[in-house]
Amino acid sequence: MTDDADTIEAQVAQWRAWLHRRPAIRPPDIDELESHLRDEIAALVDAGLSGDEAFLVAVKRMGSLDAVSREFAREHSERLWKQLVVAPGGEIAGARSPRTEIGVVLGLAVAAALAVKVPELFGRRLGEDAFYALNASLFVLPLLTGYFAWKRGIDRKPCLWLALPFAAAAVAINAIPFARGGHTETLAALHLPIALWLAVGVAYAGGRWWSGSGRMDFVRFSGELFIYYVLMALGGGVLTMFTVAAFGAIGLDAERLAERWILPCGAMGAVLVGAWLVEAKQSVIENMAPVLTRLFTPLFAAVLLALLASMAWTRNGIDLEREVLIGFDLLLAVVLGLLLYAISARDPRTPPELFDRVLFVLVASALVADGVALAAIATRISEFGFSPNRMAALGENLVLLVNLAWSAWLYARFLGGRGPFAALERWQTAYLPVYAVWAGLVVVAFPPLFGFA
Amino acid sequence: MNIGKDLVAASATPLVLAILAEGDSYGYAIIKRVGDLSGGQLQWTDGMLYPVLHRLERLGYVEARWATAESGRRRRYYRITGPGREHLATQRRHWRVVDATLRGIWLEMAPATA
Repeated sequence: MTDDADTIEAQVAQWRAWLHRRPAIRPPDIDELESHLRDEIAALVDAGLSGDEAFLVAVKRMGSLDAVSREFAREHSERLWKQLVVAPGGEIAGARSPRTEIGVVLGLAVAAALAVKVPELFGRRLGEDAFYALNASLFVLPLLTGYFAWKRGIDRKPCLWLALPFAAAAVAINAIPFARGGHTETLAALHLPIALWLAVGVAYAGGRWWSGSGRMDFVRFSGELFIYYVLMALGGGVLTMFTVAAFGAIGLDAERLAERWILPCGAMGAVLVGAWLVEAKQSVIENMAPVLTRLFTPLFAAVLLALLASMAWTRNGIDLEREVLIGFDLLLAVVLGLLLYAISARDPRTPPELFDRVLFVLVASALVADGVALAAIATRISEFGFSPNRMAALGENLVLLVNLAWSAWLYARFLGGRGPFAALERWQTAYLPVYAVWAGLVVVAFPPLFGFA
Repeated sequence: MNIGKDLVAASATPLVLAILAEGDSYGYAIIKRVGDLSGGQLQWTDGMLYPVLHRLERLGYVEARWATAESGRRRRYYRITGPGREHLATQRRHWRVVDATLRGIWLEMAPATA
């Protein structure tokens, strides 16, 4: 009998090791499955089977490990890459060979780098007017969308739909008669990428856009691409510095080359390379991004609290200079980014922990700060009337306020144990199109509203 | 009987929630209960139950905790929550409609070949 028990132990241990190799099944899941397996074996042994037989029958009843781990992958955050790891034979679209993929990515990156130089053939010089600022996103985002359309195997007809926003944006942004150097022009240049990012998201999700997890994956992707892009920009800056210095040492001036070729072409190509890196080196970035979020969430919470305390103490309101306002909007956008990313990286099944409280403090203090900013903008508008900048700031703050207020409410419910974390996730993913719609409005509706000034 | 995968998947949520509404339970016991209720007709692949339970947990319909049973074995016990009961009630209404509709057409389709 003890021999029998020993073999069962050895077999169960082996079975555990098997499960461990599947990335979709986590250690707590394995514990649970093991407890089930042991119950089953015990029942079968009671019914008269030998230990060996009982083990075999119990494992058979558990089902094929491939099928089970695929179900787990689907449940645990539907990250595409996990499904790719799991699915044998690659039944999911995207089973392209890595070689072809690298070729496609490099081709697209070069295309983006060259696209930015094409207008120069027609006499458009960089820095002459706002042409490049307005069109910057149109050089690269359609190619990025094309990459995902290819990778996810999207059919031709949906592809045409995906191309539509870019065509419309290209026509609109170049047809609107902006006053040179006007506010609406600057605002349009800033908001167009935000509006078009939604189209990238639809392609990224590849048919899963209407599921919350598809959008959440896109949020993760955006955060991870941002980190990769910053890293590449740092490296690129160092490379450019060395290039200029090295050529300077032999008496050649490379500054113009850097300014006119390396910088614009690199900035465009890096977006595609970054996107590919996020997809290909998933596990690297997946370990880094949550750490950064955890590092900076308390710091930003502390800064916001200090800011609010100082405002209350000194009774200084927010200075409504344009730069200050934009800086303030950016701060709130960063808070939202941290919140979004922290939500996307979190396992919704774990109970509230200390980090959740920190995140809640961050959201609540951002909410208060947003309220103060809104009050300041409203006063300003009632005093001096509407201007494009004030209107844009007002809209952005309102959009953020609504999101933060409801997030704070849902978070408070979750911390109090009265609501699931998934509600917060659903709210954030459902809210994503709002940003794009508002940004689109700023691009299209503001210029005629304010006389193209 | 080999019941189709889709049908099993669709009925899993109301069935699990209903079993948990009878009282807290754990995976192995839930499977046994399903077997008893269906007279052995409805066979689940054991491993498939857990992703379902975890999905219900994520949606806030059930809560889980680890506990040690009298036999000394650690088990993960599930309990239905308030939202879970609400969801069960909704599902029950939906299934009643499906059931009634099918019954209607079965009756008209004489002679039954069940």
